[in-house]
Amino acid sequence: MGATVLIAYVASILWTVRISLSNSKMLPRADWAGMTQYVNLFSSDRWTTAMINTSLFGLFFIVGALVLGFLLAVFIDQKVRLEGVFRTVFLYSFSISFVACGVIWQWMFNPALGIQRSLRNWGWESARFDWIATQDMAIYCIVICVLWHSSGLVMAILLAGLRGIDEELWKAARIEGIPRWRYYLSIVLPQLGPAFGTATVLLAVSVVKLYDAVVAMTNGGPGDATDVPTKFIMDNLFERQNIGLASAASATMLVTVVIIVAPLLYARSRAKAAAGRP
Amino acid sequence: MSLIGQMRGRPKREYRSAQHEGSPMRNTLSPRPRQPLFTPARLGVYFFLISAALFFLLPLYVMGITSIKPMSEIRLGNIFAFPVEVTFEPWAKAWSSACTGLECRGISVGFWNSTRILIPSLVLSILLGSINGYALTYWRVKWAGWFFGILMLGAFIPYPVMLYPLVRMFAAVNLFQSIPNIVLIHTFFGMPIMTLVFRNYYASLPVELFKAARIDGGGFWRIYFQLMVPMSLPIFVVALILQTTGIWNDFLLGLIFAGRENYPMTVQLNNIINSTQGEKVYNVNMAATLLTSMVPLAVYFISGRWFVRGIAAGAVKG
Repeated sequence: MGATVLIAYVASILWTVRISLSNSKMLPRADWAGMTQYVNLFSSDRWTTAMINTSLFGLFFIVGALVLGFLLAVFIDQKVRLEGVFRTVFLYSFSISFVACGVIWQWMFNPALGIQRSLRNWGWESARFDWIATQDMAIYCIVICVLWHSSGLVMAILLAGLRGIDEELWKAARIEGIPRWRYYLSIVLPQLGPAFGTATVLLAVSVVKLYDAVVAMTNGGPGDATDVPTKFIMDNLFERQNIGLASAASATMLVTVVIIVAPLLYARSRAKAAAGRP
Repeated sequence: MSLIGQMRGRPKREYRSAQHEGSPMRNTLSPRPRQPLFTPARLGVYFFLISAALFFLLPLYVMGITSIKPMSEIRLGNIFAFPVEVTFEPWAKAWSSACTGLECRGISVGFWNSTRILIPSLVLSILLGSINGYALTYWRVKWAGWFFGILMLGAFIPYPVMLYPLVRMFAAVNLFQSIPNIVLIHTFFGMPIMTLVFRNYYASLPVELFKAARIDGGGFWRIYFQLMVPMSLPIFVVALILQTTGIWNDFLLGLIFAGRENYPMTVQLNNIINSTQGEKVYNVNMAATLLTSMVPLAVYFISGRWFVRGIAAGAVKG
C-alpha cells in the first residue's frame, strides 16, 4: 500500500511534467511541443499578475507574520497574567478554514456596509477604506486576512523556542547593563534561528498553497487583481480546458517550491547535524 | 514533543524588574517575587497584548453579532454595533434553507457530507500513517531511505502539481467524484505528514521494548496492535486533531474530487456566499460561516494544549 502511494506521487508529478511538454488542450496529447507551453505561460499577462501577486503577498505575509508572531511571543513571555487566555485568543483563528477567514474579512472590508461605513457613521465623513474594491490594494486585504489566520502559529512556535532559552543569559546580560530590547535583539533572536526556520518553511508553504482565501474573499478580482498561481492553474484545468498550460504552470510552481524550500531544509539539517543530533 | 513541556511547565525564573535591582537579597527571602502590575513597562506589555487580542477577536465578534441581526439593522451599516433586536432566524436559515446556486437546502447538507468524508478519511489516514511510521522505525524496509525522501517531498509539493493525473487515474477506475474518491485523496495527501508524525514518535520510544517483544516471539502485527498502539495513544490524539481540522477545512480537494452531490461544508459555504441572487443576506452568510467553523473551533477549545502539540508535530516536516 505504501509503495503504491509513493509510485502514485512520483508518477503524477512526472505525468504533469510530460503534459506540460505537449500541445494538450482539453485532453492530454502524446505529441511533443518542446517549451511552447512555457513560452505561452510566461508571455501571459494573467500568469505575470499571479506571480507578482504571490511575491507581494509572500513578502508582506511572511515578514508580517514573523514580526507579529515574534512580538506576541516575546510579550507573552514577560510573565503576564492570564497568559493562557492570551495564547488561546492568538491561536484560535488558526483552527478555522481559509474559506471562513476570507468570508469574515470580506464582510469587514465591505465598502458599503463594513468598516468604511462605520467610520463614516461615527462622523469621519471622508473615511476611505475600500481596498477590497481597488485593483492595487485588494491583495493587501488578503494579506491581512491570512495574517489574522496564521500569526498565532508563529507565536506558538517561537514561544516554544523562547521557553528553551536559558534564563541565566538574561541575568548575565543585566549585570552587564544591557537593556532588555538589546538583549532580545542580539541574544535571543539569533538563538531562535531554528524556530524561525520552521516557521518560515510553514509560512512559505501556505504562500504557495494560497487559494481558498482568495476564492472566498475576492474570487481573483477586482478584474484579475488578486489572481494567484493556484487559481490560474485551477481555472485552466477545469474551466478553460487548457491542461497543457496548466501543467506548465504547475511544473513552474514545483520548481519554485524546490528552490525555496530546499535551502531552508538543508540549512536546518546542517544546524541539527552541528548540534550533534541525527 | 518538548514543545508542550516547555510551554506548560515553564522553568521557574528569577525574573526581576529594575525596581528590585537595589536589593537582590530580598528575593531569596520572599517566597515568590511578583511582578508589580503598574510600571510603565508592564502597562506597555499589557497594552500591546490587549490590542493584539482585540485584533484577533474583532472578526469573531463582528461575525457573531451580524449573524443575530435582522437585515434592516445591517443595512444601517454599523457592523460593530450590538443588535437592537436579536433574531436567531439567520441561523435556522443558514442551516436548513440557504441557497447554494439552484438548491436551497442550507449548509446542513455540507455538514453531513463533510462528516461522511471526515470519518473514513480519519480512520484510513491515521491507521496507514501509524503502520508506516512503525514499520519504518522498527523493521528493515527495503529502500526505506527512498521512501522517506519521497515522503518529505510529498509533504511540500503543492497539490496542483498532482491534480490532473490524479483526476485521470480515478476517472480510469470509475471512482472520480465520489465519497471513496475524496476519502482516498485525503488519505493520499495525508500520508506524508501522518507517517512523519508517527515515525518521530516511535523513534523516541526505547528500542528495548521492541526487542523484548521480538524475543517473546511477537510478529509484525501482534507487536503493532498489542504494544505499539497502546503505547502511542498520545500521538494518536495528536494525529486525530491534525487530521480533523485539516480535512474539515479543506476546500480545494473537496471541490475537485468530492463531486457536486458530496460537496463538503467549506465548498457549500463558498457557494452560499457567492451565489445568492438578489440582495446578499449577510446575517445568513455569517451564521453559515460560524456553523462551518464550529467543528474546528470545538476541536481547538476542547483539545487545548493538545492542539499546540499537534502544531508541533505537524511542524516536524519543516
